[in-house]
Amino acid sequence: MSPSRLPSGGAVIDRSRPIKFKWNGKSFTGFEGDTIVSALAANGVDVFSRSMKYHRRRGILTGDFWDPNCFVQVGDEPNVRAGHRLISAGIEVSAQNVWPSLERDVKAANGLVGRFLTAGFYYKTFMKPATLWPKYEKILATFAPGGAIDIESTPGRYDKRYSHPDVLVAGGGPAGMAAAIAAAEAGADVMLVEHNHQLGGHLLWGSAEDQKRAASLGARCIEVGVEVLTDSTVTGRYDGSWVAINQRNVAGETIERVVKARAKCLVIAPGLIERPYIFEGNDRVGVMTSGAARRMLNMYGIKPGQKAVVFTANAAGDAAAADLADAGVEVTTVDGRTGADVVRASGSGDRVEQVELADGTVYEADLLVTAVGWTAPTSLANMSGDRPSYDPSAARFFCTSLPDDVLPTGGLAGDGSLEENLTHASATGRLAARRGLTMRNQMRSMTPRASTGVPAPIKDASEPAPLPRANHPELFRSTTHGLVDFSEDVGSKDLWAAAAEGFDSVELVKRFTTATMGPSQGKLETVNTVAVLAEYLGQSIEEVGTTVWRPPYAPVSLGALAGKNSTPHRISSIHVWNKANNCKFIHAGAWLRPDHYGNAQAEAKNVRDNVGIIDVTPLGKLDLQGPNVPDLLELLYVNKWRKLDIGKVRYGVMVGEDGVVLDDGVTARLGEEHYMMTTTSSGAASIWEWAENWLQTERPDWDVRIVPVTTSYTSINVAGPKSRELLLKICEDVDLSNEAFGYMSARPATVAGVAESLMLRIGFTGELSYEVHVPAAHGLKVWEALLDAGKDLGVKPFGLEAQRILRLEKGHFIVGQDTDGLTRGASAGLGGLIKLDKDDGVGLPELRWAADRTDLAQVVSIALDDGMIVPEEASQLVDGETNTIVGRITSSRMSPNLGRSVCMGQVIPELAAPGSKLTVLLTDGRRVPAKIHTDHAFIDPEGARLRA
Amino acid sequence: MLLVPCPNCGPRDASDFKFGGESSSRPDPRTATPEQWRDYVHLKTNVAGNQKETWYCRGCRTYFSLHRDTVTNIFGAPQS
Ligand SMILES: [Zn+2]
Repeated sequence: MSPSRLPSGGAVIDRSRPIKFKWNGKSFTGFEGDTIVSALAANGVDVFSRSMKYHRRRGILTGDFWDPNCFVQVGDEPNVRAGHRLISAGIEVSAQNVWPSLERDVKAANGLVGRFLTAGFYYKTFMKPATLWPKYEKILATFAPGGAIDIESTPGRYDKRYSHPDVLVAGGGPAGMAAAIAAAEAGADVMLVEHNHQLGGHLLWGSAEDQKRAASLGARCIEVGVEVLTDSTVTGRYDGSWVAINQRNVAGETIERVVKARAKCLVIAPGLIERPYIFEGNDRVGVMTSGAARRMLNMYGIKPGQKAVVFTANAAGDAAAADLADAGVEVTTVDGRTGADVVRASGSGDRVEQVELADGTVYEADLLVTAVGWTAPTSLANMSGDRPSYDPSAARFFCTSLPDDVLPTGGLAGDGSLEENLTHASATGRLAARRGLTMRNQMRSMTPRASTGVPAPIKDASEPAPLPRANHPELFRSTTHGLVDFSEDVGSKDLWAAAAEGFDSVELVKRFTTATMGPSQGKLETVNTVAVLAEYLGQSIEEVGTTVWRPPYAPVSLGALAGKNSTPHRISSIHVWNKANNCKFIHAGAWLRPDHYGNAQAEAKNVRDNVGIIDVTPLGKLDLQGPNVPDLLELLYVNKWRKLDIGKVRYGVMVGEDGVVLDDGVTARLGEEHYMMTTTSSGAASIWEWAENWLQTERPDWDVRIVPVTTSYTSINVAGPKSRELLLKICEDVDLSNEAFGYMSARPATVAGVAESLMLRIGFTGELSYEVHVPAAHGLKVWEALLDAGKDLGVKPFGLEAQRILRLEKGHFIVGQDTDGLTRGASAGLGGLIKLDKDDGVGLPELRWAADRTDLAQVVSIALDDGMIVPEEASQLVDGETNTIVGRITSSRMSPNLGRSVCMGQVIPELAAPGSKLTVLLTDGRRVPAKIHTDHAFIDPEGARLRA
Repeated sequence: MLLVPCPNCGPRDASDFKFGGESSSRPDPRTATPEQWRDYVHLKTNVAGNQKETWYCRGCRTYFSLHRDTVTNIFGAPQS
């Protein structure tokens, strides 16, 4: 086969614009509008790849997006569909997975042993022994198809977009265009999505008349305001006609984007996909579908061969024969409708040279065109809940039942003339517009605001009259065996072998042989697979049934799925200072927080020796007001709250209804009916929603108003023995003496001149400390004032890492770090805090039942005998005697203040008593002895420092 | 993605909401047996069909109930 460019013709190429590019290092020239395949074919190239298993030469099969034989590497981009990708100036295209070259590929030796490479060969041969699998895998990987990934390549720009069309039409062939036009004319906002580069569908590779028709329909789409996305694929339909679109032709620098469209009505018009025929030699270079031949001739002006046999069973095949003859090809027509059949293609170098018919006739030919029928790509119908059924008289599947907001038209709905099709599509478009606009009006009326500008749905739209279905012979396989899945090199013989082994349902055969699982995603293979299996089993296609098409309709690049690389995060008003002062940040939930300022150990030591300040703005803060706040607190926390005096602070732990620890923090009473609750940073949003849930659903009679004020304040913890001294310098309106403002108290304050601030005297670090909350706009000012005023006191900022060390020295657990999804209140050393004599409380029954249990793991502090060892968090704890697992380390750090490691962990209750001996399994395999520490706190267990 | 009808905001993407699961009624914590309580906390009816469920709208911060057919994902009208 030696394709060449005809002197004229080619509807989508511009012969006045030549484009130079490279193929396997050699320079070639094509025209604007050419795909890589058409540009190469114009230059006489007929082989584009080697097949996956047998490394046989492969040429054009369908010549479009779905062509399994035309995957190439373009620059640093592997697996490019050369039948779809347009050429552009200077691109470097090369063949994939061939060595040393496309024409001489040593791996073709696989073909010699091909008869051993049957389905399941890899599974069976390389399964045992399992220990050798890594070695097999390495070798097999070199045989895998696919291009080379360049990990140094620059990531491109990808993006997302949201869209809310009344009507979304998937497929821009004649039916899709007609539906879009009718819907837009009926007042709907319409989006039309076409997989290929131009609107037109099969009209594009049709006659000059067809092409004119395509152009006028396309122009009309624009006139009536349809938004057209070409080179874009509707990849999936989800609940509520939420439709994902992969848009590949985006203007500007963006490479691709995903459009998330909420279509109020979806019209599916994907057309039909031509099926290859199964016979011996059907993957030879020169065997192609009638669509491929007509695309080459009529879209690109390419003569695909010199002497052709056209095996036709339908009008598309007849048209291909006529078009080829017009282009000067010598054509022999074999009519499948009369019972004639092609049984074999043979020749040298994997090419077609002879075509043999069932009656023994042999024709010399370099081109064999087949037109044996269609696959209805019912993917979007499947994704809408439909189970399409097979119609033997039309030899394809049809939709059976779809939701009201999904309407099929075009080839999915039936056959008939072009005019009949357009009539059906227009009626479908009008109906879609009516349903889409009805839905939009309904949605507007559900939104409690004035409805403006939504057009009223048209009244005279009804179900389109059904399209006739053309009779079509059921032609799937000849009397010989051939390939079913060209991308996976799976033949009809493999399918039969799989069925003989017991894989006799289509879903099993598919997985065992990998037929339909290649990059064509079953578009060419599924129906043939079903037919071949049905033939073996002696069943009908309807009985065998088909596989369910799932999203995506076509593969989507990972870049498009990832979208724009933007990670929004929250920052406090102190962030600018932190950035300028050597701060290393850490992502914590939604926040970017200071982890350390170069030396966390020194920061932690400075807090115990002098005074440190830390930005704790993300700490959750809820302003609670109303007469029933104490009721709410008593409900949410495990302890009691009705007797908290104004100006006092209390610590509380929350559990869920299952009794598992949820959150902890302090709440301060600021006024008669005014409280401020603090939550963990990670619980800031969820505890607010939790509290609202109780108020709105279970206790709607309670009068409590919650305002989240987490970001209204900048929160700074001033901690260390000199913290009082420091605050005395910048706070004049509060008596800071221990007598007047003791541990666990709260005071409104003016700090560094900032009024309406709040000071809580609490101590997560175990030191004398004050949590200062100032209106957020003034946070930086107060931060700088503290640093300035505390210079002679040795004030230093500290980060989260130092805070983690300090709290661990003090034996304070962190919810979610030292507790987990099974940690009940009674496990966390909170026995004394939990009050069971309440009328109600979240999880109260569970707390009661847990109080009697003796089998709950306990959260404890642990000291390794060798204090120089810091065991990794999650190291296992075992009982030295029995060697059974008894717990794990949940937190561990080196303590700069004690000069030894400090740990917390969870252990079984039998070993939770102070002094109990344990063995820690280190990650390097060592086993080292440890003991449960006497107190939770390693430093100041009696709490003298924080009460100082 | 589900389109959830909020009584205040109208129909919006499910990602604007927190799903609260099927609605259940809370037994009296003073008298509930472990069986009753754990049934309430852990066991779901998981019907194939009409289900009353709780949603929380993160736009208007409202908890509300909805009926949804779990097979078709079609919602009934919202109830506050
Ligand atoms: Zn809302």
